[in-house]
Amino acid sequence: MRDLKLPFCPGCGLFSLTNAFLRAVHELGYEDLSNFVFCSGIGCSSWIPSPYFMADSVHTLHGRSIPVATSIALLRPNLHVVVFGGDGDIVGIGLSHFVHAARRNTDILVIMGNNMVYGMTGGQVAPTTPLKAKTTTTPYGSFEHPLDAAKLAAVAGAAYSARWTTAHPKELRESIKKAINLKGFRFIEVITQCPTAFGRRVGFKNVGEMLKWFKENAVPVQQAEKMSQEELEGKIIIGEFIQRRRTTLGEAVYAMIKGAQKDEKQS
Amino acid sequence: MVQTVIDTANHIAAYAAKAARVQVVAAYPITPQTSIVERIAEMVESGEMKAEYIRVESEHSAMAACIGAAAGGVRTFTATSSHGLALMHEALHWASGSRLPIIMPVVNRALGPGWNIWADLTDSLSQRDTGWIQFYCADNQEVFDTIIQAYKLCENERVLLPAMICSEAFILSHTYMPVEIPDQERIDEFLPSYKPKWFLDVNNPFSHGNIVPPEWYMEFRYMIHEAMENAKQLIPEIDKEYGKYFGFEHGGLVEKYRCEDADLILLTMGTLGSEAKTAVDNLRKEGLKIGTARVRVFRPFPKEEIRKLAENTQMFTIINRAISFGMEGFLTEETKAALYNQKDRPLIAGFIAGLGGRDVSFKTIEKIAKKSAEWMQKGEVEKEIVWVDLKE
Repeated sequence: MRDLKLPFCPGCGLFSLTNAFLRAVHELGYEDLSNFVFCSGIGCSSWIPSPYFMADSVHTLHGRSIPVATSIALLRPNLHVVVFGGDGDIVGIGLSHFVHAARRNTDILVIMGNNMVYGMTGGQVAPTTPLKAKTTTTPYGSFEHPLDAAKLAAVAGAAYSARWTTAHPKELRESIKKAINLKGFRFIEVITQCPTAFGRRVGFKNVGEMLKWFKENAVPVQQAEKMSQEELEGKIIIGEFIQRRRTTLGEAVYAMIKGAQKDEKQS
Repeated sequence: MVQTVIDTANHIAAYAAKAARVQVVAAYPITPQTSIVERIAEMVESGEMKAEYIRVESEHSAMAACIGAAAGGVRTFTATSSHGLALMHEALHWASGSRLPIIMPVVNRALGPGWNIWADLTDSLSQRDTGWIQFYCADNQEVFDTIIQAYKLCENERVLLPAMICSEAFILSHTYMPVEIPDQERIDEFLPSYKPKWFLDVNNPFSHGNIVPPEWYMEFRYMIHEAMENAKQLIPEIDKEYGKYFGFEHGGLVEKYRCEDADLILLTMGTLGSEAKTAVDNLRKEGLKIGTARVRVFRPFPKEEIRKLAENTQMFTIINRAISFGMEGFLTEETKAALYNQKDRPLIAGFIAGLGGRDVSFKTIEKIAKKSAEWMQKGEVEKEIVWVDLKE
């Protein structure tokens, strides 16, 4: 870490996420972040690596961190390319990149802090806002169905997709450790509390209440499979949605180049 | 009944949308614009404003949704800033090319990187060639009045173009000022409901946005240019008419202040225009014959008014809160271009000031004016572009 004070509001869940990531890296035996490159877009979660991590980081356009990370991963296949972003950034304005990166199985790890609103601009409705939640652009409650990002990643072709909350720091840390060492498109969604722009508007009195809400409503994915749609209303499904080995974009590109060169030589 | 409210330019813009009886709003949050659309969302959901509010997933989609709604023949509104506007770019061409009178407040904010949320006009000025009419406001009252005026202008059959109503980040967007909101009935009289010249109609189907071959493309472009010229003629008329109705006029295309006998005229845009008035008053006391002209409309560019101003003055000093890299300030560029074929041209000095929200007070403007006065005396502009207060 650089010797700077993190920018988050008191009680923000992104402190926990930053902590979980750095601990995971440390426990994997890395002394520093020289094997990592970070990409982020615009939003609170995008502040995590930039400028706070003592590492190479690209703070880029709103929603465009995944395309930037894709090219870095192709150029430097030996480095861990990690994207930090919020729900607005990754599955709002940047959703198409997210789906295509999963489809191509791009060699990147995307960690998405999902606070369920556009937090940095003050709490507007986002594609992840739960039904009936009050935000500044839905003052009488949201009426649009929220997006299930972890499930979408799994369906779109990700090598690994998981969801945790900031009330599950140990599971989150272990998941990050595992994901760093896997290949292909890896996605970890972290449901995180935003007391400033979300919690107080939907009626939580303090951060503790929000964490309690996460803990009490979290349902492991295996258990959720046996539950009906009605039973799952208002629940947060946590756990690993998929883990599989598919040819990654990098492997496919380099194999193609090798094959083409061989053909050239033969002809 | 006329209502006096004390509020920010952003909230005032929202009230103007309501007063204009806007029917569809599509928007995406971005600092420092967000509080415009937040206030509209509140008013729509409480039933205070009868409109559809679409919560889109990007600015590109916001403009696309506005295009769809406006093509459906209804009064349409969105608002944005900086990167949001940049992301809209291709859709901006589609809105003007389709001749849709969409009105969009743009809260001028610097573009990144370095990431900056403060005032800078480069965002909208770099959209100069998209076929949008561009107004630049100097206070909150003007923001309200211009939105109402813009619907009247843009829905006119001789215009049918979209317009940006620009105001600077924080200097206006988040600053409280008293504003008079006229009686709704009188606003309805001034701005009757929108009667579109054409709209998507199942009973009279036609294909919108179709291919136009080289045989006709130029003619369509010519018509947009012609519409801009018509707008140039209509803007002062509408401003005057508005004044008669509600008591506020904003100078038509160019707001002039103490220019009649001025040897030196400060040309500005936006809030620098109001700050320049204080500088002019102070310098007049010191005996300098100085005035200021605020370019309120940048597209269509008020060439004729600029030429007229140039006739009786020795020097133009142009202050830009924007830069076209590799050339100079946009307003300097356009002013010089407007004067090229004139016989007697004044000296022109271009200054760059206040980028990324750096404060430009009347004192800074006085300093700029004094430097210009020196050059005027010598009859020569010593430096083509001056970056004011630059840390070198």
